[in-house]
Amino acid sequence: MSSTDTTESSNRSSLSLRRKSWNSYAVGTGIGVLSWLVFLIVNKPLGMSTEISKFSGWVAGIFMGQEAILQNSYWASKTPGFGYSTVFLIFTAVGAFISAKMSGDLSTEKVPPLWEKYQGTGVAKRMVAAFAGGALLLFGARMAGGCTSGHGISGTLQLGLSSWLFFPVMLISGIITARVIFRKQVN
Amino acid sequence: MNLPIPKDSTAGLILSAVFGLIFGVLLNKGRVTDYNVIVNLFRLKDFTVVKIMFTAIIVGGLGVFVMKGAGLIGEYQIKAADLLGVALGSAIFGVGMALLGYCPGTGVAAMATGRLHAVVGFFGMIAGGIVYAFSYTWIKANILSIGAMGKVRLSDVTGVPDIAWWVILVAIAAGVFYLLETKFKPSQEKI
Repeated sequence: MSSTDTTESSNRSSLSLRRKSWNSYAVGTGIGVLSWLVFLIVNKPLGMSTEISKFSGWVAGIFMGQEAILQNSYWASKTPGFGYSTVFLIFTAVGAFISAKMSGDLSTEKVPPLWEKYQGTGVAKRMVAAFAGGALLLFGARMAGGCTSGHGISGTLQLGLSSWLFFPVMLISGIITARVIFRKQVN
Repeated sequence: MNLPIPKDSTAGLILSAVFGLIFGVLLNKGRVTDYNVIVNLFRLKDFTVVKIMFTAIIVGGLGVFVMKGAGLIGEYQIKAADLLGVALGSAIFGVGMALLGYCPGTGVAAMATGRLHAVVGFFGMIAGGIVYAFSYTWIKANILSIGAMGKVRLSDVTGVPDIAWWVILVAIAAGVFYLLETKFKPSQEKI
């Protein structure tokens, strides 16, 4: 993939939206500069999982009533509602969509080839794993107090102790899990 | 203009859209909305995530450090070091990230690029958020209370000042980047 990608876009500027990928260090620098701006202009570090947990409160509210949600000790302090972080989440999706649209990276992938090679072609199995993975992600992120954005970028760059604990533990745990998932090819 | 501007004001919301848009483009162009890139981090075959995050931490952190020193920004906004909660939560997070192949931010971005398993993963995140909220009272009393050190920074617990931490981190980053680009180039065969 990477070789065709380079030939395809060799005559375009290296930061063209039509390219599928940009240099990793350039992207990292971009996220770093974005961090300056959010601290300076709105004083709200980049983060994602708090907003998703608020959204989950809103979803639960559809079934239980919004009144009942506010009785919950967690959502009482992280009240579901539309605000700065909601807009940020939505436009992160919009940005990724525009970027993928322009580079031809849109895909309705159900089972990634790499997963398929080790876990088979079953769509249901992949979807169960994705659902469980998502559930563990957000549960873990809330318990840890942040995710790859809130801890991994915003917290570490402020030299927060909790974030520098998050990073290595998450990495080791992921490495162990990957060893189990990608241990043996199916065929 | 007085900074910071209120984040939930109209100007704040417009800026939020701009910031989100940039973030989404960067995640996609950085290839971290690609299942393989995340999973191959954990398989130690692709270090794109390390390069992006470490660069973001160094560039972002040095800038914030300088702006803080110049009095341009207020207090640090870090998360509480509830040691057991952070350790356990991070471990659970790592399992989830390897299973789904995305983290919350890249999952949202991947969902927007059409990946159906990322959409299902997002539904899973909502479920996880609901389960957490309903377990919160118990977790707060029995897990978050253990090793609760509060909102402390590396300099608070070590006595080593921020400037020294930055010298150390820049040196480590330089070493890591050098090794990744020279000695430790993973093979192109990523499956």
